[in-house]
Amino acid sequence: MKMVEELLEKAPFLRLDEELTTKLLTTALSEEVEKAGFKRVILGLSGGIDSALSLYLCVKAFGKENVIAVRMPYKTSSRSSLEDAQAAIDDTGVKSLTIDITPQIDAYFERMPEATPLRRGNKMARERMTILYDLSAHFDALVIGTSNRTEILLGYGTQYGDTASAINPLGDLYKTQVRQLAAYLGVPEQIITKPPSADLWEDQTDEGELGFSYLDVDRLLYYMIDQRLPIEQLRELNFSDAFIEKVSTRIIRNQYKRTMPVILKVSNRTVGVDFRYLRDWGL
Amino acid sequence: MRVAIAQIRPRLGRVDLNLELHQEWIRRAQEEQVDLLVFPELSLTGYNLLDLTYEVAKNTFCPEIQTLISMADGLDLVFGFVEDSPEHILYNSAAYVSSQNLHYLHRKVYLPTYGMFDEARYFGAGKTIRSFPTRFGQVGILICEDIWHSSTAYLLAQDGAQVMIVLSNSPGRGVSSKGLGTQETWYSILKNQALIHGSYILFANRVGTEDGVTFFGGSAVVDPFGETEKQASLFEEELLIVDIDLEKVKKARFQMPMLRDENLDLTIRELERIQRKRHGEGNWL
Repeated sequence: MKMVEELLEKAPFLRLDEELTTKLLTTALSEEVEKAGFKRVILGLSGGIDSALSLYLCVKAFGKENVIAVRMPYKTSSRSSLEDAQAAIDDTGVKSLTIDITPQIDAYFERMPEATPLRRGNKMARERMTILYDLSAHFDALVIGTSNRTEILLGYGTQYGDTASAINPLGDLYKTQVRQLAAYLGVPEQIITKPPSADLWEDQTDEGELGFSYLDVDRLLYYMIDQRLPIEQLRELNFSDAFIEKVSTRIIRNQYKRTMPVILKVSNRTVGVDFRYLRDWGL
Repeated sequence: MRVAIAQIRPRLGRVDLNLELHQEWIRRAQEEQVDLLVFPELSLTGYNLLDLTYEVAKNTFCPEIQTLISMADGLDLVFGFVEDSPEHILYNSAAYVSSQNLHYLHRKVYLPTYGMFDEARYFGAGKTIRSFPTRFGQVGILICEDIWHSSTAYLLAQDGAQVMIVLSNSPGRGVSSKGLGTQETWYSILKNQALIHGSYILFANRVGTEDGVTFFGGSAVVDPFGETEKQASLFEEELLIVDIDLEKVKKARFQMPMLRDENLDLTIRELERIQRKRHGEGNWL
């Protein structure tokens, strides 16, 4: 796809071997789900590129009959998001359902009309999470995550909301790599080319809200995180001090979203400190 | 000589189930008239054990290890486990079993403790690197990180090893447009060491995923000229069977007599000088 190729030409170091990455992710995804005792998976489908890529990976890993996509619009969600989600559902042929979250969100905020858009947005993200986890029990299907590496690092997500899942196949892919893989796996073009948005209020876009483009921040993150370059070398690569500062502050400030709750140590074997086991214990 | 590599997917901390897995793959290898069957590192336990390390540790007299020893009848067997030594030091060990005897035990010397690895938190480091005679010829065992230290393959070669067995649990990572970074690096080390020492290298790497970390497989047999004779698929279980020709070791060493010409005395002398220098002794120009 032209747009994706143009992005990757500006950051060739982000380019992935698509076939290999797909094989790695789908193999690991099916093993992690199956050994946890599940055959089916469920995920929220917003109409955006991240959840679409998760969906396509799931279909490849489990077959369309074992994947459940859930659309959970709020009354202000854009019409096109809902349609784009439908395009992905139609294209993959997965089972889907749509649950309008307007009644419960409006019922809650009726008593707090002064609530900010941020609070409302977070509440919606967590509402969607509780629906997915409820349907997970209903359908006996594991919840698959849709957060990419860029937003995890920036903390651009709602704790216990859209960041919650059992297994996240996208968490080690930068947004630019999500775009590359989405194009490779045939995600409908309009989903790939439209400006990314949390769609929490009208005309919201990620890049508008963050104040930089995904390509720029992916390039910076690559040099900061993967290459561990010191600030002098980042400057030599023409990243501005303000941009570096903004991104590194976000990464540090949002570390709390990337960890389990802190436990205050009393015993000699504290969960997560000196009681250390993988989740795949015995699996 | 027919060798086979069991590119398996062990279950984390389930020695009981992994023992069954070993038995099943041994029977498969026996049906294929395999002479030597190699399992990956920690094949009886899985890799990232953390606190499970203490719980899955076994001494060599335990029923599980004895069961495998008793199965090595007509076929020699190499497998990995957490060894609970008589001193109760835990080692990341590999056993070579032949004619229903524990023939040789290698304890991993170099325990990666950086980046995603934390082995030295749980394991003691082995203290020997030696080759040993087998019914096929002289063999040496290394475990994963061991072979990233060039001294280890060097020592085995000097000690006579014609075949080096490398048990591994290497996670696939560093994906780029050029493929899988870890796989590329591994193959370049294996080919280089096989060529330089004129030895066969049998690389047994596991597959499967532990908490999102996927071991890449790609087990391989590299000949003494540094050519890959056969390699297993990525990420999938596979019994990789290869007929190897130990005459190739002779041919390679006749053609490229680096082992004959190696100046062991010089190496030892210089190493001792370096050792004194590091201890701050004497004149070391």
